[in-house]
Amino acid sequence: MPDGTSATGEPLVRIRGAAKRFGALTVFENVDLDVHESEVVVLIGPSGAGKSTLLRCVNGLERLDGGTIDIGGERLGYRESALNRMRRHVGMVFQNFNLFPHMTVLGNVTCAPAKVARRPYREVEEEARGLLDKVGLADKCDVYPSSLSGGQRQRVAIARALAMHPRLMLFDEPTSALDPELVGEVLDVMRALAAEGMTMMIVTHEMRFARRVADRVVLVADGGIAEQGPPETVLDAPRTARARDFLRAVLEH
Amino acid sequence: MEWFSDFVDTAPTFLQALWITLQLALWSIVLAAVLGGVLAFLRLSRFQAVRMLAAGYISLIRGTPLVTQLFIIYFGLASIITIEAFWAGVIGLTAHNAAYVAEIYRSGIQSVPTGQIEAGRSLGMSKWTTLRLVISPQALRTVLPSLGNQFIIAVKDTSVAAFITVAELFRTAQIVAAEKFRPLEFYVIVGVYYLVIVLLLSGAVRALEQRLGRYNV
Repeated sequence: MPDGTSATGEPLVRIRGAAKRFGALTVFENVDLDVHESEVVVLIGPSGAGKSTLLRCVNGLERLDGGTIDIGGERLGYRESALNRMRRHVGMVFQNFNLFPHMTVLGNVTCAPAKVARRPYREVEEEARGLLDKVGLADKCDVYPSSLSGGQRQRVAIARALAMHPRLMLFDEPTSALDPELVGEVLDVMRALAAEGMTMMIVTHEMRFARRVADRVVLVADGGIAEQGPPETVLDAPRTARARDFLRAVLEH
Repeated sequence: MEWFSDFVDTAPTFLQALWITLQLALWSIVLAAVLGGVLAFLRLSRFQAVRMLAAGYISLIRGTPLVTQLFIIYFGLASIITIEAFWAGVIGLTAHNAAYVAEIYRSGIQSVPTGQIEAGRSLGMSKWTTLRLVISPQALRTVLPSLGNQFIIAVKDTSVAAFITVAELFRTAQIVAAEKFRPLEFYVIVGVYYLVIVLLLSGAVRALEQRLGRYNV
């Protein structure tokens, strides 16, 4: 399947024949997808179609039942040590933030680089403060996540993932749990990240964001990839009936 | 004033016994905190046989009286090995408390949302690192009140060791009361000793709760 991008060379993420089942239910199968360096791929599709599951398979939070995923040329396996090594280079941002409530904001951001990557704390802290400044939360370093708004929490979560210097960032519905007025601040941070050339895979329902930021939009539906291509094609002139149905349903409200 | 002089006169004897009670409590609490962790770990194992073994141990301990357990270890096993009364007490109390502590730990670990574990793992933390940095601190905070409660029970339960001849507080009270023919006075006095230990321990647990309670979920 052509991936519809102009990027060349070995893709950073190469998914081939991926299949996922929960018991008798097939979530998706025969999924092929490439994500190139610096590319922003947005996964859209109806609820329950497996967008999030596919994303979670990329960093091994869910196990594939068939097919393969290669990240940076390395085959994703499920050996504990290999998984842990791979995950250091793949940041993940969750719908429900999942910040560590027992650590301060700064503690959340410094935790993994200091204790997993074992980099010197002074250096890690300085960088963490820089990252928090970048997401607009320099003044919140010493507070606990419970005192932050949802939008602030999600920005901390992004800074926490960035602190590991990931080559790839996965966003699993990063704005779905937010009050509408807080969505913008998170999307702004993501847009800035995309502009810096971060490779990103994003599951979202924010169609306007997909249109503005995505290099490629992938519609996941009916157990596989129904259509993919540049946003102007998939969102404005979909080739498949499935895509037209979905977009009509989404854009009606 | 007889109560007061009873208290003062017997204080040296009781303080010696208090020291034994404290050692008994400290050993069995510390060891139970460790063994309870191992049991909780087994109880949450991937392997059903291991889970069932741990669950079986816990229901066996919870289903039988402490005094029975101590008698089996001290008098029952005497034909096979002789264990000094104090250490028989430590072993019995540890085995007993560990079962309860294990269940408390398990409830704490299970109270931590899956998202927390996923967040840790997605940052490249191993299972152990996630347990250490993410799960345990949150679980501990949740279970601290129940854990403190269990430790208070553990302190009072050391008195059962009196019946396997350990010269701790309660046995000392029995002996002094019999010698002086004044059971009311000396059983009340020994009660006061326990009360003081328990009040101090509750205070310590409360202080710890406040320290760990700086954050909200």
